[in-house]
Formats: sequence, C-alpha cells, structure tokens
Amino acid sequence: MSAQTKPLLEIKDLRTRFHTLDGVVKAVDGIDFEVYQGETLGLVGESGCGKSVTALSILQLLPCPPAEIRGRIVFEGKNLLDLDQDEIRKIRGNDISMIFQEPMTSLNPVLRIGEQISEAAKIHKGMTRQEAWRWAVEMLRMVQIPGPGSRSRQYPHKFSGGMRQRAMIAMALSCNPRLILADEPTTALDVTIQAQIMTLLQGLKDDFKTAIVLITHDLGIIAEMASRVVVMYAGKVVEEAPIKALFKDPRHPYTQGLLGSIPVIGRKEHSGRRLQEIPGIVPSPLETPLGCRFHPRCRKVMARCCGQEPPMIRLAENRRVSCWLEA
Amino acid sequence: MIEIKEDNICKAAEWVPENRFRRSWAKLKRNKAALVGGILLLVYILSAFFAPVLFPGDPSAPNLIRSLETPTLREPLGTDELGRSILGRILYGSRISLLIAVGVVSVGIILGIPLGLVSGYYGGKVDFLIQRVTDTMLAFPGFLLALALVAVLGVGLKNTVISIGISMVPMYIRLVRGCVLSVREEDYVEAARAVGTRDVIILFRHILPNVMVPITVQTSLSMGMAILFAAGLGFLGIGVQPPTPEWGTMLGSARSYLFHAPHVATFPGIAIFLAVLSFNLLGDGLRDALDPRFKI
Repeated sequence: MSAQTKPLLEIKDLRTRFHTLDGVVKAVDGIDFEVYQGETLGLVGESGCGKSVTALSILQLLPCPPAEIRGRIVFEGKNLLDLDQDEIRKIRGNDISMIFQEPMTSLNPVLRIGEQISEAAKIHKGMTRQEAWRWAVEMLRMVQIPGPGSRSRQYPHKFSGGMRQRAMIAMALSCNPRLILADEPTTALDVTIQAQIMTLLQGLKDDFKTAIVLITHDLGIIAEMASRVVVMYAGKVVEEAPIKALFKDPRHPYTQGLLGSIPVIGRKEHSGRRLQEIPGIVPSPLETPLGCRFHPRCRKVMARCCGQEPPMIRLAENRRVSCWLEA
Repeated sequence: MIEIKEDNICKAAEWVPENRFRRSWAKLKRNKAALVGGILLLVYILSAFFAPVLFPGDPSAPNLIRSLETPTLREPLGTDELGRSILGRILYGSRISLLIAVGVVSVGIILGIPLGLVSGYYGGKVDFLIQRVTDTMLAFPGFLLALALVAVLGVGLKNTVISIGISMVPMYIRLVRGCVLSVREEDYVEAARAVGTRDVIILFRHILPNVMVPITVQTSLSMGMAILFAAGLGFLGIGVQPPTPEWGTMLGSARSYLFHAPHVATFPGIAIFLAVLSFNLLGDGLRDALDPRFKI
C-alpha cells in the first residue's frame, strides 16, 4: 500500500450537503481518503457521522436536490461527479457495487431471487434472460446457498436474514466489480451469521481481488477484516491509520474513546475500571460546534480546541490525525 | 445415513403456506359479500357472452303491436314503447355496459398509471405540473367532467368511453403517485438503482408490482362507477345513442311512461343497480383479501 501505487478510488474534499427547511445539513464536510486495489478499508464512526452518506455519494444514489455533492471522487482516473446519469449508471453494479445494511428490506418482495440477481448481468454484460439466470444460480452457489437452482426461483420471503444478505452479496458481486461499498453488511444479523457473512466476504474478496470499503461501527469486525481504517466524526475524517497501529496506539481522543468502549471480558477484574463511554452524543449536523467538532465531548479538551479547527496532521506515510494534541 | 438431496430440501421449503395469491383467494372466498358480488358479475359476463343464444333475434327491432306490454310468461320483463323485449335488451345491454366498464378503466390505467409513476418517482417540477393538472381535473365532480368532455367530443359509445375514462385518470394518478411515494423509499428500490438499473425498469418492474393491490381494488370500484356514469350520460340522452340497448339510454326513454308502464324503467334500473353493486362488493372484498395487514 505504498504511495507509488495509484489508488483505485480517491476521494478529495468531498462535501455532501442537504438543503432542508431547517437549514443546510452538512452530512459530509470535506473528507479525503483513498482506496487501493484489493484492500479492505474500514470506515468507522458512530451513527450519524456521515459514513453511509459517503458511500451513497460515491455512487450518487442521493436525490439531488435536496442533496448537493461537491469535491472530487476519482475512480480509475475518472471523476465520478463529472459523469452524467447514463455514465454513472454503467459504473453502478458493474465497477462499484453496494451491499446494504438491511437484508430484510433490500430485496424486492414481488420478484424472484434469481431475477434480482440476474439484473446486473443483464444490464452490464448484455446477457440474455436465460444466460443471466444461469449466471445468477452460479452466483448463489458461490455465496454458499444450498440448492441454488430451486432457491433462485423462490421469492425473498422464503429466505432467512443471513441468506438474504448472501443473495445481496451475490447481487453485488455478479458483475465482478472492482470496488464494493459494504454499508454495515452485518449490523442487522445475529452474531453467528455475522461471522459467516464476514468469512464469506473475505474469501470472495481474495478470490476476486475486489477492494472493499467496509462501513461499520463494530470495531471487532474492523479488526478482523480491514487493513486500514478511516475514523469519521460529525462529517469529518479525524484519524486514519493502518489497522494494527490504530488498535495499538490510537491518537485521536475520539478513537481512544471508541476503543475504550469495547467491553473486554475479565477486564474489570484486573483493572478495576468500569467500561468507558464517550459522554454526550454526536452533534446535530445542523449546528456543528465551532473549532474541533469533538471538543464538547473530549476528555482532553484545551482552550484552542473551542475556537480553531485542528488541521490534518500527517504522522507517518499512511497515518494522519486531526487533533491539536499532535500539533 | 439418509442422503439429503438438494431438491428435497427445497421441496420442504415449498411447504411453507406463504403463497400470497392462494391466501388472498382463500380470504376472498370466505368473504360472503365478495362472493355474492363475484357471482353477480359472473352472471353479467355470461349473459354478455351468451346474449344471442339466450335471446335469438334483434333486440333493437321494433314490434309496435306489442308495445308497453306488462311482464308475462312469454315476455318475463315486458316490452318497451316500441314493443321490444326488455329482457333481451338488458341481456344485450350487459355487453355494452361491460364493454364500457373495461374501456373506461383501460383509458384510466393507460394514462393514469404512467403519469402517477412518473409523478411520484421523479417528484420536483414534473410532479408539480402533473399534480396541478390533476388538481384542476379533480376540482370538477367526476360526472360533470365526463359531461363536459362529451360536450366537446360528441355523443356515441366511443366518446362515452373516452370521456368517462379521462374523468377517471386523475384518480389513478393520485392513487399511484401516493403509493409510489412510499415504495420509492424502500431499500430494494435503492438496491436496484445501485446495480445500475434504468429508471423505466425500476418503475415498471420494481415499483409497479408493489402498488398493484390498490390499483386492482380501485379498478374494480371504477368499473362500477363507469357503468353508473355511462348510464347517467345515456339517461340524459348524450351517451350511447338509441337503438343500441344501453341501460341508461333505456332508462331515459322509459321516463315518459313512468306512470302507466313503470316496468319499462324499473328493470334497466335494477340491472344498473346490481351491476354497480357487484363491482363494489367485489372491490371491497378484494381490498380486504389483498391487504396483508387485514387478516381474517
């Protein structure tokens, strides 16, 4: 992951705003990050800090207006924000695809599973109905659904949550995309199924050499899957680090808080500490605090945090943090 | 050890009594009112099909010698002012009325559904434009709108169908738009967009099937209303023109003999009443049967 290799996806100063009756909601407010070929990048943060909006902005799945997307999203040398509707449609599902959070509602209840999976192949690969259907059955077999032939003819209500998410993964992978945006792919599933889905995703990623942007608030999943992590808070990137460095030495107080709030079995016994929480909640994007956005909740807040926004400080080649403590 | 074949696993899965169509059909059958409506409608459809068998001869051929006869065994519903069999005319009239019903909802559906889909899915200026036109059309009572359109287009079966059909369009637009507004926010619509599906395909393959239930119910109710409107226009003399045996037109010409030959007006009136009733009962039954929240 050296700086010499060209990134697959490069996000530069992405700003996504929603013009609402209450004012302008700055959901994503100037973020930068890169995704390289074949890697898994974790995008972490609390609910409401702009992770999903980032993913939706990349594929331009947000209704504009009220949304307004600014900045540059460079995918293989093309700025996706310069493309027209038809061009971006050719990228969706073909080069970049998405796995959604809610497998229970992400499949159309009135269409057969096979039909939904074969859609992308019909659109992007120009397959006929029969070819695409056969392809869909293959994809179902690949995501380890037993009896894929007859399963493909069933409607989504006969699928369990885990199977539906497998079907969604089959749908996302059916055109062999170079990048998958996985938006909390396991949040709605129970823990054993989570592990299965994650193992599956990891295996498929290795087979297909696909890059994954894994959006989640579950640091456990990040620890297992990701090679690099971008931590977001209130629409901004606060820290970026390789996975090991992040867990060993988190620099931003927010990241420290996130890591501190993971329960560890047996810890109380040894340290006598109770589980740490980050006080307060994510500020409303309508009224972001002045200065550092995290300062009202920060344990190490200083006078300058309240007035001046901290710059992004590069600590190492792929390590950066936005905090006055490091300045 | 028992060998489990893939196919067997899936056959077991098929056992789940989740078939929506079958369940709805079972619910519909249990609904007595809907059953009555369905049977009545079936009677009308059969009489429309077999009118020439049940009543050989021309229902419009006058036979003045036998004018205004009261019901007898030979003429169960009596004859009208020109001596034509009222039963025969009602039987043939069911052809006209069903034709009108189907024609009218076809016009309503063909124009209303695409406009409603586009209006609800795209929103913005397109939606505003379509909705303001719809508002204007809905400002007039439906019948008055049909009446005005007939005044422009002229009388006759075809123009009756077109006029009433157009007067139904705003209702379909509103209905479809409302349903699309909620369905377009569903995750599966977003998922379809995320794999690069075209808007046209999203509208007709992903959204439309999910709004078919209210459309089906509305269609049944609209057919009843169409018959009523067409009868109203016929009664006023600006609908289907005599000698075509249309129920409303029959009612209109029977008006002059209301006091000394009331049967001439009564039977077409009953025919209209039962036809509209059958569609309404069926529509209500369909609504209950197709609504997944309404479990019997």
